[in-house]
Amino acid sequence: MKAAVVVFPGSNCDRDCKVAIERSTGAHVDMVWHGDSALPQGVDLVVLPGGFSYGDYLRCGAMAALSPVMSDVKAAAERGVAVVGICNGFQILCEAGLLPGALLRNERLKYVCKSVDLAVANAQTRFTAGYAGRREVRMTVGNGEGNFFADDATLDRLEGEGQVAFRYLDNPNGSARDIAGVVNARGNVLGLMPHPDRAFEAELGSADGALLFQSALASA
Amino acid sequence: MRAKVQVFLKPGVLDVQGKAVEHALHGLGWGDVADVRVGRTIEFDLKSADATAAEAEVKAMCEKLLANTVIEGYRVEVA
Repeated sequence: MKAAVVVFPGSNCDRDCKVAIERSTGAHVDMVWHGDSALPQGVDLVVLPGGFSYGDYLRCGAMAALSPVMSDVKAAAERGVAVVGICNGFQILCEAGLLPGALLRNERLKYVCKSVDLAVANAQTRFTAGYAGRREVRMTVGNGEGNFFADDATLDRLEGEGQVAFRYLDNPNGSARDIAGVVNARGNVLGLMPHPDRAFEAELGSADGALLFQSALASA
Repeated sequence: MRAKVQVFLKPGVLDVQGKAVEHALHGLGWGDVADVRVGRTIEFDLKSADATAAEAEVKAMCEKLLANTVIEGYRVEVA
């Protein structure tokens, strides 16, 4: 099993992701610089980490979405490789057009940093299969622009097709229909604002995030 | 030529920054202020001599990078 974490200038959860994936799955994790033209050969999981890529200039994730390595991330997604964007990584996937919608400024204009309880809205995605039978999971959010937005038709489609993976039980940022994480139509690209990488062992307050990485690699 | 691009959240997309500014203006006594929208202006030079072609090019830039058309609209002026 092989995973890759993309490092953008301004990423700050890249090391957390590497450690979280290694400890929860035992997979080998390569760090990939955003300026590289290609991902490592045979990678089973690509993670775009949290942080403030390019200082959030223009819009969160807008510049990173155009980084050289992103064309290979898109190609990998088209081949069916599992891709996860966490927090800023979710913003990047939306900006890159790999996921629908966009992340707006939080409804109450506040940076929110706390543990959140999530409902697993669909436990049949390749990222959430490990949560089967679990009603609630706990992770941590840390975002100022985590307010998920899409037009009503898109939201209806996401809900109808089972593309909503996680919902907030107590919405911290105004996200449409309490959506915390979505998958693409094919089900191999996940974006979520909460951090599984900050919840992968009990010492961190929750080990629920480990199941997400385990599920992603188990299905590879 | 000088291009001027204005980017705003689309009508119907909640502009929380605009709301906060509106609230502050009300607090300063300008109670009749309504529907404040905060956007950004991006200006740059273009070598093109043809205004129509330049405008088309700037619009392509908006679609590709300067605006996120899921949430934002844009206005282009070239002079």
